Order: sequence, then structure tokens, then C-alpha cells
Amino acid sequence: MSDLINSSLRELSAALATKKVSAVELATLFLDRIEKFNPPLNAFITTDRERTLAQARTADERLNTGAGTQLTGIPLGHKDIFCTKGWRTSCGSQMLANFVSPYDANVVEKLAAAGMVTLGKLNMDEFAMGSSNETSYFGPVRNPWDVSCVPGGSSGGSAAAIAARLTPAATGTDTGGSIRQPAALCGLTGLKPTYGVVSRYGMIAFASSLDQGGPMAKSAEDCALLLNAMAGFDTRDSTSLERPTEDYGRDLEKPLAGLKIGLPKEFFGVGMDADVRAAVDAALAEYRKLGATTGEVQLPNSGLSVPAYYVIAPAEASSNLSRFDGVRYGYRAPEYNDLTEMYSRSRAQGFGAEVKRRILIGTYVLSHGYYDAYYLKAQKIRRLIAADFVEAFKQCDVIMGPTSPSVAFAFGAKSADPVQMYLSDIYTISTNLAGLPGMSLPCGFGNNNMPVGLQIIGNWFGEAKMLNVAHQYQKATDWHTRMPEGVK
Amino acid sequence: MSLNLEDVARIARLARIELSAAEREATRDQLNDILGFIEQLQAVDTTGIEPMAHAVDVVQRLRPDVVTETDRRADFQAVAPETEAGLYLVPRVVE
Repeated sequence: MSDLINSSLRELSAALATKKVSAVELATLFLDRIEKFNPPLNAFITTDRERTLAQARTADERLNTGAGTQLTGIPLGHKDIFCTKGWRTSCGSQMLANFVSPYDANVVEKLAAAGMVTLGKLNMDEFAMGSSNETSYFGPVRNPWDVSCVPGGSSGGSAAAIAARLTPAATGTDTGGSIRQPAALCGLTGLKPTYGVVSRYGMIAFASSLDQGGPMAKSAEDCALLLNAMAGFDTRDSTSLERPTEDYGRDLEKPLAGLKIGLPKEFFGVGMDADVRAAVDAALAEYRKLGATTGEVQLPNSGLSVPAYYVIAPAEASSNLSRFDGVRYGYRAPEYNDLTEMYSRSRAQGFGAEVKRRILIGTYVLSHGYYDAYYLKAQKIRRLIAADFVEAFKQCDVIMGPTSPSVAFAFGAKSADPVQMYLSDIYTISTNLAGLPGMSLPCGFGNNNMPVGLQIIGNWFGEAKMLNVAHQYQKATDWHTRMPEGVK
Repeated sequence: MSLNLEDVARIARLARIELSAAEREATRDQLNDILGFIEQLQAVDTTGIEPMAHAVDVVQRLRPDVVTETDRRADFQAVAPETEAGLYLVPRVVE
């Protein structure tokens, strides 16, 4: 039974199909682990054993009648940004601390339709704004590799829960690196799809032109299975793309001979810690052993991605978060004298410091007289950043580099200085601005024996290629199978 | 340029976020740090560059003008802070 916590989704699927384990037993195994190991980690913020077991019983019935899919009966956790009918959906905020969603997000609906069993809701930076999971109203998430360190963010609960084997898989969202950076800091595999591949319906909006949901798990193979179930056109998301259905795992077994890997010189300059550099270099050497070639490419405007992002993302957030007014749902201040005061007090009390900071920045850059200087300027630079990638992909099949400039840092190390925190996402943000797919996979350990992530950036709609490239590395290495000591 | 306390008060009013006098000072300093960081964008020549509003070029889809949603007013109002007779309650705005 206990080896099941390290099993791949394919292995779990086989165990369920051959009745070696039932969905109820599997759900119970992980619920028991959540009870035992979650309290110090604070990864899950909502669980409901009865509801989970009811879903597991339904999955067992489906498996018994042969009506299951490859994912039926496999448990997972949802980042608390995804609306889940009947479950509290807080988005890590006091604003939604009592919000029980009346509907399911498209992603939740699709994974439930595939027969996956929900273990609970996962902690996150408030409204997905953060890179360390320190901004959650429900308290920080701790990194299972070292509980004095952050798990990364904003999908830090998802990452910590998988690393601690409290769930085999989880959903995440990535606006500027929120799947890839916590995956790197917790030693996991996470994938942000091309913008528009996964529906945003029911995914609480932060920056609509950048937000994209995706899978987090232990391996590329697991991510491919999950993405197959998550992706697809949805009329309820106006930017969902109508494309033919793909099997994202179709190329997993392709050999890498002849693969051209582009290494942006801007990603390998100053700023990356030496331990991260060593692990990334070793991974690139492994890829050359697998038959790939590496060559320098240039992304000359990538240094502008963080400042451009901190105009565009707050601008969109200030607009999206205007819906939280204390009228239709969410927190309402206990005392006020008129309507305006009800709005401004509800928002002052219901939002945390980082969320308010970003709303204020966004409000300013969109305000009369500043729109051209900030917002329009940032949108023009966004085009330059995207155009760099078009050029780079003329010379290579995938781009590689570090996911994060450092391994997981200590609590409080960056939380007093917003700009320093923003720079944690220096290697991930440009892909969101361009709408490209990106992945992070474990490639070794750095200082303090903390995991290091290798980032793969694919061409637009290059998910199957990225997964192939990641899977071949994971067949040749075992970094993705490592598990923290404290949760054994 | 950097923001002063009046600018911060104006932005907070536009954003409908109440700030106390003490918060206003800390907020001014933090916003100025962030705006200082963003300022490097101004040095880039973007003459003739088309702004990129979205990650992918999509056109607005239209659908037939037919009812697709069922009436779930009770479900949606169950999560509201205050309702009465199917209406959302807010402080009086018209005397």
C-alpha cells in the first residue's frame, strides 16, 4: 500500500484496473497522510472526507462496470483558485473565506468527468499574487524539503502537497511562473500550457491575458495524462482556443537525437546562483548525452519582462478584482455609513497587503494621463518580448534554462521588499507575456540540499514536444523520484 | 516622477480601498519603489510597435441569441452578504 504514494498515475491506473486497490482505499490512504503530515505544511486548507469518499465510491462503481477512464479513481487536489461546487473556494483570501462555490470550474468539471477524486483544496498566495506563498490569509505553506523555507508560489500548496506525497497530482495556475517556480522549489514537474489551451472558466481571474491553468505532478508522463483531461475548447471562456483534440503524450517515447536546445544568453548571465547553475549545466550535459545539441539563442528584451509584467498584471488585476465589492459575494465590512464606505472598507479589510498594492499600482497605470506612458508602453514591450521568441525558435526546438534564480529561500527573506520578490520570477514571466508553454522539472539539488528546477520553454502549442523532452530526461535520471525525508 | 500622499489618496479613492493616514505613507514608499522599477520601460524605443493586448490573436465569438442559462438566483444569492426578497441589499443611495 505505502509504495502507492510514489507510484506514477499510469501505475495507479493499472492498480485500480486490476483491483489491486480500490478508489476508496486509495483516497483513504492519501486522506490519512493529509491528516498526519499536513498540519505543519499547511498545504491543504479544506478537506471533506465524506465528500471525497463519496466521489471515490462513484469511481469504484465506474471501474466495476468498465466505464472508467485512465484517470478514474485517482485522487488529486485543486488549487483553491478553481471554483469547486459545494466546497469552499477562498483563493487564499479573507475576501472569499466563506465562499462556497455554487458551480464548478471547467477544469474541475473535466477532471471529475474523467473520474478523478478530489482530496481537497490547496493553499496559495492570495489571489495568486506572490512567489513564496507567504501572502495567503490562511498562513504560509511550508516546503516539505525544509520547513524553514518557502515552497514558492503562487501554487505553493499544490507543490508542497505533491512533494510530501499527500496527493499524486494537483491543479495549478501560472500567471508569471506560479506553476513552474513552486514546482522547481519543491522538486516536481509542472506544466503551463500555451495560453488558451485550458479553459479559464471558473478559475478566479488575476490577469486575464496571462492566466493559464495546468497540471502539477511527479513526472512529465503524469502531466501528459492530466493535460489530456484538462485541455479543450470551452465556449464559456472567450479566449479558449478551438483546436483539434491532441494526445499530449503521443511523443513521450521519441528519442532526442537531433533535438536542438536553445540556451538564451540572457538566462545564463549574472543573477543565477552558482548551485542552480551547476545543476542546470549538468542537466544540459545529460541532454547532450541523449543526442541533443545545445546552442546560444538571444532574447534581448527578456530583461524587460518583469517590469512590463508589473504594469500589465496589476492593471488587469485592478479591473478583475473590482468585482469584490461586498455586494454579491465575499466579505462585507461590519460597519459603514454609506455605499462608497461599504465598498472601500470591505476591500480594505478583505484584501491583504500585496493584493491591495497591486490593485493600487494597476489603478494608477490605467488612470487618466498615465495610460499611454505605462500600460500602452508595456503592451508594446510585450510585443518585442514575444517577437524575440519567434526569432529564437527559428534556431531551436525548445529553449532551456533555470526556472528560478535560487533554490527555496527562508521565510521573510524577500517579503519586506516587493521588487526583490518580483525578481524571483525573472526566468518565467516572459513565457506568460508571449503566451508560450513552459515546464519545470527537477534536475538536482543545490545549497542546503534543496531541489533545483530546469525550465523548458516550448514553441506555441509545443506541449507534446516539451513533454517528450522532459520524459526522455526523466527516463535517464531519477531526480523526479526523490522524496523529502520528513514525510516518509 | 514619484507619488506624493495626495496622489496615493486619489489612487486609493479610485480603487475603492480605504487607507488610514499611517498606511498612506507606507503605501507611498512601496508604490514609488515599484514605479521606480517599472520606470526602465521608458528608456526603450517603441516607435511603430503595435501594442500586444493579448497572448494570442483571437476574435470575439458570437453565439445565437438564445437562453442558455437556467435560473439559479437562489444558489447565487445564498453566498451574498445580505439579500431580501431576491434582491441584493446595500446602503440607501437615493434619499
